[in-house]
Amino acid sequence: MKVHEYQGKEILERYGVAVQPGKVAYTVEEAVAAAQDLGTESGEDLFVVKAQIHAGGRGKGGGVKLAEGIDAVRDRAADILGMMLKTHQTGPEGQKVRAVLIAEAVDIQNEYYVGITLDRQKNMPVIMVSTEGGVEIETVAEKTPDKILKCWINPLIGLQGFQLRELVFGLGFTGDAFKKTLRFISALYQAYTQSDCSLAEINPLVLTEQGDVVAIDAKINLDDNALFRHPDLAELRDTDEEDPLEVEADSYGLNYVKLDGNVGCMVNGAGLAMATMDIIKIAGGDPANFLDVGGGASAETVEAGFRIILKDPNVKALLVNIFGGIVRCDRVATGIVQAAHNVEINMPLIVRLQGTNAEEGVAILNESGLDILTAVLFQEAADKVTQALGAT
Amino acid sequence: MSILVNKDTRLLVQGFTGKEGTFHSEQMIEYGTPLIGGVTPGKGGQTHLGKPVFNTVREAVEEAEANTSVIFVPPAFAADAILEAANAGIQVIVCITEGIPARDMVEVYHYVKSVDSTLIGPNCPGVITPGEAKVGIMPGMIFSSGPVGVVSRSGTLTYEAVDQLTRHGLGQSTAVGIGGDPIIGSRFIDILRMFEADDETESVVLIGEIGGTAEEEAAGYIKDEMGKPVFAFIAGRTAPPGRRMGHAGAIISGGKGTAEDKFSALEDAGATIILNPAAIGKSVADHAGV
Repeated sequence: MKVHEYQGKEILERYGVAVQPGKVAYTVEEAVAAAQDLGTESGEDLFVVKAQIHAGGRGKGGGVKLAEGIDAVRDRAADILGMMLKTHQTGPEGQKVRAVLIAEAVDIQNEYYVGITLDRQKNMPVIMVSTEGGVEIETVAEKTPDKILKCWINPLIGLQGFQLRELVFGLGFTGDAFKKTLRFISALYQAYTQSDCSLAEINPLVLTEQGDVVAIDAKINLDDNALFRHPDLAELRDTDEEDPLEVEADSYGLNYVKLDGNVGCMVNGAGLAMATMDIIKIAGGDPANFLDVGGGASAETVEAGFRIILKDPNVKALLVNIFGGIVRCDRVATGIVQAAHNVEINMPLIVRLQGTNAEEGVAILNESGLDILTAVLFQEAADKVTQALGAT
Repeated sequence: MSILVNKDTRLLVQGFTGKEGTFHSEQMIEYGTPLIGGVTPGKGGQTHLGKPVFNTVREAVEEAEANTSVIFVPPAFAADAILEAANAGIQVIVCITEGIPARDMVEVYHYVKSVDSTLIGPNCPGVITPGEAKVGIMPGMIFSSGPVGVVSRSGTLTYEAVDQLTRHGLGQSTAVGIGGDPIIGSRFIDILRMFEADDETESVVLIGEIGGTAEEEAAGYIKDEMGKPVFAFIAGRTAPPGRRMGHAGAIISGGKGTAEDKFSALEDAGATIILNPAAIGKSVADHAGV
């Protein structure tokens, strides 16, 4: 699960990670009040107004602006709040900005990168640091991989002092800044593990002219599987940032991802669902979605799946692919018939049933009186998709 | 021969008396799996499905010589269940549970390695040696005994592949679902090593998917050390980057983990690439001259 920058910074502060002072605002008035509060505390008059959306690349898209003085904060906040911010991660229509973070501007001496994530190959967290702050780490990894220092944390012994020293000396720190950065990374690692993050990325980490070490940005992703033990963090979910169809599917326990093709599909199991998308492509179509109905595939879930897929106007044909194992195909077929009666499906519907009681299932579909193209073999289903697309 | 489970398996079910545990235990017993009993803390001494219930895995090992365990425990308690099995000396631990936090699995992974147990899963359908032992949730009737080893990150896609093999007259030595999570106890490379050393396995079907680099790692092994033919399908060629496709581990991130990369690494290693998921059985059959 992704969280906003301001939420990520709040999480980090609980663990003593030094972050740039700031306040979130949902209206221009709140933005002005936030800047006044911050200015009163620090005596500074220079602020940054930062759009709070989940996508990266906010600065380049015009969602991060410097503002000198309260009037400028008012103007910049008015510009940014409500805008459709387009970045390389948002898609062409952009993402509506509903909140801004008002932060104190800092005098930057140097920028760095610090990130912690899970290394799937080594099965342990990896801390990555670089002197190339403010640049996307993928770009640094590609162009100058020697500028990234890595350190892997064995979970059975935890992060050790020598590892922190290697990283921080490696960044070229000395003296007081060395101590502050060491504490920063140590606290960041605590936040990463204790909050069950899948990513904790600080880019840039800044050494200020005053000698402080603070996080200017924070990208925190949380492990969905661990949210059950962090009810407070689970509440940070912002469904405004998600596709409305995906949010609706989620409420039915369906795993749905919207794509931009013309053949909708509904499958039991994630791997088979991906393979079904692939075979749609081979059959001459393009998958309109990923949809895993899970083990149950009851009439209710199938009906919800149909309704969600059919809300996508690009869909020209529908393929249901069920491999019945524990779930029996005759039961699934009964569910499909019931769902198809309740939902108006004005396009070719192909249903492939295989596994336990597949023949009985197909018979139920064929005798239902509904216009369903049935298949038993996976290839038959693909061929019927090709036929259906050719006919439309 | 076969790998991981066979007629000498002495299977223990953790989460034995729960709904899932009960249903699948019945199915495993019906299949003929040597299931010696189960563990549910606090229900020790009772009998369930005609088998003894123990309070701890240690008791089951000491009193009933359990050597293999299958876990149907909810995510919040699953890591503890795996650690208990490993600590009690269980050699093969199969964890079916989906949704275990990655942090828990990171710790579990390294502990299990340290005591030389083998963990399969989590978030997997289990392991089956047809005709001998079904340790998991897969539908037993689609499997048949024979020379093809199957290893997969998926559940129903494994059934699809196995069903195609069986229809083409190709039985399976053992089929292993290694699981769809980012951190799993055994990866492709671990299972390929076992199949390579197994006398009954003549070829291997590998079913991968987008995300991570386990298929690329497997390709390195296939290229350098594996003598037996490998047939590979990778699911998710049409999946977009940055989106999780159902499985916690199925995501292309930072340009890494694409199906193209995996297909090309496996092809380069000499594996037979299968692009059409409906042609898995046919591809192996053509090669075997069946």
